[in-house]
Amino acid sequence: MTKKSFLGKSIVSIRDLTKEDLDIILEEAERMESIINSGKRPLEGKIMAALFLEPSTRTRLSFEAAMHRLGGAVITVSDPKSSSAAKGESLSDTIRTIANYCDIIAMRHPMEGSARLAAEFSSIPIINGGSGAEEHPTQALLDLYTLKKELKKVEGKRIAMVGDLKYGRTVHSLAYTLSKFKKVKIDFVSPPSLRIGEEIKSDLRDAGNEFTEGESLMEIVPTADAIYMTRIQKERFAQESEYAKVKDAFVLNKKLLEKAKGPIPILHPLPRINEIAYDVDDTVHAVYFRQMFNGVIVRMALLNLILGGKV
Amino acid sequence: MKMSKEVSESELKVSKIKEGTVIDHIKAGTALIVLEMLGITGLEGTVATLSMNVPSKRQEKKDIVKIEDRFLERTEINQIALISPNATINEIKDFKVVNKFDVELPEEVSGFPKCINPKCITNAREPSMQTYYVKSIEPLKIRCKYCNTDMERNDVIKQLTKFQGLTQ
Repeated sequence: MTKKSFLGKSIVSIRDLTKEDLDIILEEAERMESIINSGKRPLEGKIMAALFLEPSTRTRLSFEAAMHRLGGAVITVSDPKSSSAAKGESLSDTIRTIANYCDIIAMRHPMEGSARLAAEFSSIPIINGGSGAEEHPTQALLDLYTLKKELKKVEGKRIAMVGDLKYGRTVHSLAYTLSKFKKVKIDFVSPPSLRIGEEIKSDLRDAGNEFTEGESLMEIVPTADAIYMTRIQKERFAQESEYAKVKDAFVLNKKLLEKAKGPIPILHPLPRINEIAYDVDDTVHAVYFRQMFNGVIVRMALLNLILGGKV
Repeated sequence: MKMSKEVSESELKVSKIKEGTVIDHIKAGTALIVLEMLGITGLEGTVATLSMNVPSKRQEKKDIVKIEDRFLERTEINQIALISPNATINEIKDFKVVNKFDVELPEEVSGFPKCINPKCITNAREPSMQTYYVKSIEPLKIRCKYCNTDMERNDVIKQLTKFQGLTQ
């Protein structure tokens, strides 16, 4: 795909994007860094609808901010209860209606596969802002962009992923995305019941990427080039005692990070509970808040590529 | 078209049908499933003959189903392919095989079965058809185009029939 071939395209799944596509998006994101406060308005006159049929704060605000930063306008449905979906309208009808009001739709929907269906029925491009438990492509792209920005290049790096690797959709998407980069080695660290799924492992094997699986955060800190932390959710455990046992074993703090080989970046899709101690927040490792800024940058890049903004 | 020796001399002799379909080389033991999938219960008056676990040259054992006055639609053939990927279809007109072909599972199957993921959008009230990518034929693995859930042969059988799947 070339830059031009993004024009009018929907972004449904990270699996639809090739390595070349990822490179184009990363490059465009870099360009957006200089646009964000430049006063340039490449998408002036364009309208984005934010159709969030499932609660979301960060993703929706970040999409809306991205569109505003590019000079575009935003119309929004933020409360599913006030939408036509609450009256029983099908998603396909909602999409065909909203497509008349705007140039692009950023959407989130609780059902899996909803964004793909929406893209099939829509006359305008759709960007998936999260569909069910599996797909959240813009999160994977912002994670990738953050790694690239912090590490200069992703190829050949050793990246640890920690926490709930079984249910965390951001982990699945990021691991898959990293499998497109040569010689990336991934260390998965999780409680035994929350290990990474077979499907992701086979993706990594197929792509020729090395990975390890373990349960000790302490062991991977000294070798990691970056650490991607995730939240372990209480509701994943049948018994509270089981949760209590693991929740403190996967906490990253300042002391533990003294063993790191350098100022390695710590990422987290947020919200965090206790898995990154507050004493990490004012160290060089704390990239997780900047990561959220990158969310706006990456969404600006997608909007600009798809809507053909000239900058 | 020339009849295959295997069909013409052994099975068709037993109960030749004038017009209809002979489904041959059905995976041994699954003929009842195939019949049910095609909606044939006997109550509708269809003349159907069924042979199970008969010796076969191509495979060790096979099932055969002969149905009078019925020709299969493409979607029905695809359904059979999901259950029994090596089956062959013989279309009979005036006691002669006029068309013979292997069932073939396309790269993409549409319209059935239902996705087993209850949170899949295709299980909501939407006008789209279920669509699956065929990842593997034996053992069967199909992946939902929408939610990426993988389904196996037993998941398909359980939905299309009252059978609760194969044990082997």
